[in-house]
Amino acid sequence: MTQAGLETQGLCKSFGALPVASDINFRLESGARHALIGPNGAGKTSFVNLVTGMLKPSAGRILLSGEDITHLPQAARVKRGLVRTFQISALFRRLSLIENVTLAISEREGAAGDLIRPAGRYRKLIEEGYALLEALGLAADALRPVNELAYGRQRLADIAVSLGLKPKVLLLDEPAAGVPSGETGAIIDMIERLPADIAFLIIEHDMELVFRLANRITVLVQGSILVEGAPQDIAADAQVRQVYLGERRPR
Amino acid sequence: MAAADQLAPPAMLDGFARRHRLRAFEALPWLMALAAYFVFPDYLALGAQILATILFALSLDLVLGYAGIVTLGHAAFFGTGAYTAGILAANGWGEPISGLVVAAAAAGAVGFLSGAIILRTTGLTLLMQTLVVAAMLLELANKATRITGGADGLQGMDVWPIFGAFRFDLFGRTAYIYCAAVLMIGWLLVRSIVYSPFGRSLTGIRENVVRMHAVGSPVRRRKLVAYTISAALAGISGALIAQTAQFVGLGALGLERSGTVLIMLIIGGVGQLYGAFIGVTLYMIAQDRFSTIDPVYWYFWIGLFMIFVVIFARGGVLGLIERARRQMRRPS
Repeated sequence: MTQAGLETQGLCKSFGALPVASDINFRLESGARHALIGPNGAGKTSFVNLVTGMLKPSAGRILLSGEDITHLPQAARVKRGLVRTFQISALFRRLSLIENVTLAISEREGAAGDLIRPAGRYRKLIEEGYALLEALGLAADALRPVNELAYGRQRLADIAVSLGLKPKVLLLDEPAAGVPSGETGAIIDMIERLPADIAFLIIEHDMELVFRLANRITVLVQGSILVEGAPQDIAADAQVRQVYLGERRPR
Repeated sequence: MAAADQLAPPAMLDGFARRHRLRAFEALPWLMALAAYFVFPDYLALGAQILATILFALSLDLVLGYAGIVTLGHAAFFGTGAYTAGILAANGWGEPISGLVVAAAAAGAVGFLSGAIILRTTGLTLLMQTLVVAAMLLELANKATRITGGADGLQGMDVWPIFGAFRFDLFGRTAYIYCAAVLMIGWLLVRSIVYSPFGRSLTGIRENVVRMHAVGSPVRRRKLVAYTISAALAGISGALIAQTAQFVGLGALGLERSGTVLIMLIIGGVGQLYGAFIGVTLYMIAQDRFSTIDPVYWYFWIGLFMIFVVIFARGGVLGLIERARRQMRRPS
């Protein structure tokens, strides 16, 4: 078998008596387009928090490109190419869009420890940030503070900041959550056009979006994997229909 | 997209990339300091105190305004610097410049050691811990009577002339120029930090610490470096006041000093580099005037003044100026 981009082995975590992850064995192949779905409270965001190091697992291992990263701090995982976005936009709200992106790029390049040279002299990093915004159709807003942008644009900006880190594995936590339906198109386009060398795992409630973007789906229920497979198999799975898809179409 | 096409990237980014360049208004504080030297020759002692305290507020702004570290114990570093310079001068080493350097090192060391422990926490917990650090040092200074003079204060400081040539005079002329020069160096340092990638990452930590972790920033280390530098600058400020007043009292480590400098910074405006200059000057001149006009109840007037600032000038004086500028721009 080829080396997985991201792998968890027997990952466990509980908040008191509430298990949010019980024995999760998960593989995200390199270059995968993978979706993680499940009802509210299934532990999807907790899974992202565990993998990225925001939460510490009580048992199990996390591997990134075959390397054990279970005990690495968050920053070290980012340096190795494991990057996430946030369900609720987590931007530097009062700073301009270009600065948001440049902050991420400066960290990636290790420039952010420099105390003396003005940030403006790191011209290459700023221009890289601008090029990224241009490629994502956000360049017109480069100098505006992100809290002045429409929410749909903020969601795009959130992904832009993460792309500035040149991820190998990108975890997209409900990238279209809270966005008016008219603006989701731009977000879907952006995700569809992600370079093939970025493996992504997308958490999403919108089934149409999931079936459009993902070629593999994992269903999480109460902290454990219920089933995993190709989209058409998941759509046809009786168990999934009952616990998840069935929720929307009560008989 | 049309707007982006009109502005070629380099032109559009020029303003952003040139933020760190000195602008004309930044000369204003120094021109005013120079003018004050000639216009108010009788107030130079007060002027020196103001200049030294601006450095203290500036050091606080670096951690509070930029890194978002809320502290009520910054006097710990001010006092450490003051006592270090004072004890040196009272024990046969009155050379002022080296006194400042040693004071900065001592205060920076206290900042580094305490920061390594307390910066693991945030919010109210951190606030309490900063208070505790200052309270512990205060009690240490209070008990170590033989070294610090305890509650009577440190007596018998003998500060030598600067460069062996400029004696501290009764009118405070030397003190004024000395403090202005040291403040200028401190300001240049803080200014370059603020505009450096490190300073920008501090701003990122203030704006959204969760995201800062998620972009791979070593947040704890960044905060500790900022805290240590800030502590060293606060120590220099304390040393300046000790050397120019030739006395150090327990008040240098007190809660009141930590609180007052915070108030001064808030009056001026937090996180904008010049809030320290405006706030300290306004507060200390008001304090001086009110205590002359009404020696008994002057604190009442300070309090009333503060209430007005909080109600009418959110974001301090700089916030007020910013809002006025926006108002003026709107009609055109």
